[in-house]
Amino acid sequence: MLRYANPARFMKLSSTLVPWLGGLALAALAAGLYLGFAAPPDYQQGDMVRVMFIHVPAAWIAMMAYGLMALASLIGLVQRHPLADVAAKAAAPLGALLTALGLITGSLWGRPMWGTWWVWDGRLTSFLLLLFLYLGYIALWNAIEDEMRAARAAAILALVGAVNLPIIEFSVDGGTTLHQGESILRKGGPLIASVYLWPLALMALGYTLLFFTLWLLRIRTEIMTRRARNLMLAGEA
Amino acid sequence: MSGFWAMGDYAAYVWPAYGISAIGLLVAAVLVLRAHARAKAALARLGVKP
Repeated sequence: MLRYANPARFMKLSSTLVPWLGGLALAALAAGLYLGFAAPPDYQQGDMVRVMFIHVPAAWIAMMAYGLMALASLIGLVQRHPLADVAAKAAAPLGALLTALGLITGSLWGRPMWGTWWVWDGRLTSFLLLLFLYLGYIALWNAIEDEMRAARAAAILALVGAVNLPIIEFSVDGGTTLHQGESILRKGGPLIASVYLWPLALMALGYTLLFFTLWLLRIRTEIMTRRARNLMLAGEA
Repeated sequence: MSGFWAMGDYAAYVWPAYGISAIGLLVAAVLVLRAHARAKAALARLGVKP
């Protein structure tokens, strides 16, 4: 893996990958949307079941993005690898967006289904904390001018905040939440009918591929920006 | 509104959820692509092919 963690190799590999990932993302999203709206209304939720196809992928990928950001931060701290710092930094705004979309779509689902936009229970509160962790991480990067120091401080915040991921994951097991429990990735197989499982799986795939496409593009942008800046500084010297 | 667009009387929740998600992801994609193109152009002006 770290063989590709060389900026020159990364630029080459990512320029090949990005169009493929982006194209596959659009195809998966188109198929997921089609199946999602072709599926019959649920016997309990009616047409509100369709919100699940965008709510669950946004929430899943928001958490996956945080996991990747924390992992990249760890590699950046331990190995002092600049590409790892760049990768962590590039993931944050995308993760923040997906977290916000997870919260908004969840709220829109909650109003007609639970009778409330919001409850301060374990799942919703820990997921709101995820948004604040992302925003704090981005603010920290912007607050510290020295790039090395900013990367270190932000990486420590990302790692401390990673404690929140298992809290989100297991917050539905205690019975103190309105949020439903794990119904897809559980022992004994998914609890939802395949007519809903397929659009959900395709949308989740689409969100994942879209995240990786935009993440790679953001890493590329940061590498090119730093390179241009270094060339300018070298030219002035 | 009737049929498909009514979403079984849940139109006021289903469509905003899809609309906000679509706008959010679309704006993100446009911003990311624009920043990428700008960085590429800046490097090109310095005589470097990324």
